[in-house]
Amino acid sequence: MKNKTKQNNISRFFISPSRGDSPFKRVVIHLTLMVACAIAVYPVLRIISVSLRPGDRLLSTSLAIIPKDASLYSYYRIIFEKPFLLWLWNSLAITTTTAFIGLILASTSAYAFSRWKFPGRGPGLFFLLTTQMIPAAMLIVPIYILAVRFQLINSYRGLALAYSVSSVPFSIWILKGYYDTIPRELEEAAKIDGASQMGTFFRIILPLSTPALAIVFLFNFMMAWNDWIMARIMLQRENMFTWPLGIWTFAGQFRVEWGSFAAASILVAVPVMALFLYSSKWLISGLTLGSVKG
Amino acid sequence: MEALTAEVAVNTLKELGSMVLYIILGTVILEILVYLVLGKIFKSKYTLPYMLMIAAIFGITMLVIYPIGYEVRLAFTNMGLRHFRTYTLSWAQGLKNFGLIFSEPVLKQIRFFPLLFRTILWTAVNVVFHLAGGLGLAILLNRQMRGRGIYRTLLVFPWAVPQIIAVLAWKGEFHYEYGFVNVILKSIGMQPIQWMVSPFWNFAAACITNIWLGIPFMMVIILGGLQSIPLEFYDAAEIDGASRWQQFRNITLPLLKPVLTPAVVLGIIWTFNNFNVPYMINANELETTDILVTALFRAAFEYHRYGFSAAFAMVIFIALFIIASVYIRMTHGLKGAYE
Repeated sequence: MKNKTKQNNISRFFISPSRGDSPFKRVVIHLTLMVACAIAVYPVLRIISVSLRPGDRLLSTSLAIIPKDASLYSYYRIIFEKPFLLWLWNSLAITTTTAFIGLILASTSAYAFSRWKFPGRGPGLFFLLTTQMIPAAMLIVPIYILAVRFQLINSYRGLALAYSVSSVPFSIWILKGYYDTIPRELEEAAKIDGASQMGTFFRIILPLSTPALAIVFLFNFMMAWNDWIMARIMLQRENMFTWPLGIWTFAGQFRVEWGSFAAASILVAVPVMALFLYSSKWLISGLTLGSVKG
Repeated sequence: MEALTAEVAVNTLKELGSMVLYIILGTVILEILVYLVLGKIFKSKYTLPYMLMIAAIFGITMLVIYPIGYEVRLAFTNMGLRHFRTYTLSWAQGLKNFGLIFSEPVLKQIRFFPLLFRTILWTAVNVVFHLAGGLGLAILLNRQMRGRGIYRTLLVFPWAVPQIIAVLAWKGEFHYEYGFVNVILKSIGMQPIQWMVSPFWNFAAACITNIWLGIPFMMVIILGGLQSIPLEFYDAAEIDGASRWQQFRNITLPLLKPVLTPAVVLGIIWTFNNFNVPYMINANELETTDILVTALFRAAFEYHRYGFSAAFAMVIFIALFIIASVYIRMTHGLKGAYE
């Protein structure tokens, strides 16, 4: 028996998709992947390169990654001479609030959608699915006019609410998909043990859903963190800017400051990329959670 | 310039924290109301689910339904910078707005149908390249080999960089003299390209940027799908004498479909609505690089035609809805999402 599985493994190794790859083919595959990696990574490395250039040589035709006389002046400049830290703070505060609003409104209502066949459920789900397709960009006009009417232009609240327009329906949809995968037997067992419906939800379902809640939080956070267009219409004062708006002014049309742009980008991108690469497996499972099942 | 001081930070927290508190308080009040009305007066058996949902219902009504309704209303007005408060609301004005979309240039020169055609071209080109690139790389990565993890991590880089940073960086790299694209072209003996000035090349630059950005997503999704296909299928096909292409055509593709369809639907919607790439790459406000969404932004915030833009947004949404539902119909992609 043992021998058989071993043999199976060996044959699996040879019959696996890599079987029969000749050395030549293997070299070609590695070369292709290396070229693809270079294309994927080089533009990112260029940002590092620009951020390290000394002030008088921001424009250069050199392709080297580490420039001659590398300097950290651009980093010094954005931290001490530009409101970059303030922009980061604004982004962080607004984004966290948005993510929390999404969770507060979605966690319980998604549960209702998952477990009860109440009147209005079908149309409700259809509406939620449709709103996934309306990008916030389609609603910029009414959101802007309403924000002007309610004096929410240039306020943190206004922007956090504007982001919630897309984050709340999205959160409900994703969480409903996740609750659907939790077997109902769990609740029935709890009911037999004398727990109330709400007690079951808070003590069993919510703790079980921590990964989904984390994904939803992360998604809403990322969506708001990287947004430019909504911030552009809602914020007009430079000290209210979020970081995407801020670095856009560095790379804008009229006063291009590539050094500041690159340094700020690196400071933002490094933690975001670390988080992303670390959590990418969940992110992907979360993304398909609502749309495909099983 | 203002700096980040403790006072600024405390003010931010106060403003946002109080809002979250209001939301929680409002939720509790609404729940009690539902409990009293539905539970005590009507004795509905659905009291609990409606209590659970009431906060979201209220929130979505205020945040989504109200703006959508307001957009419809705006579409029937002539609101603009000049008539911001003194606008007129009438059926005639609405008809005029919708008529203007199709009869006059939407911006300065570009008309609606060329714009729609360009948006479809943009979506098709991008999604096709995303799929081809993602599928190719995923197939290459789906084997036992050295350095697989490193390749995978490096290839995901374009997706991991915040989009706005990547797009602005690419915009810089399309600079005629100093961008690396032209520097490389020159070094291999080709003519540098006027990426920012020539309408064709500017659109191409936007496509290149977006293809670079979008391939990793498809690659990761497809790689996940490939790994879930049992190897036994290939063993059996091998015994039956199927060629590599036949195996790909008859095993890989059909089994990838449940993964591919939602990914393609998402890809179509994201690309159709992509604002950052065409808007940022287009530094000289060439109307030849605009797609529907960027044209909408310009009509609203550069030409300040709010009423017209609201009508325009509705037309764009209908176009997107038709395209997406045709695709979903064709592939039955969202079966099962409803149960």
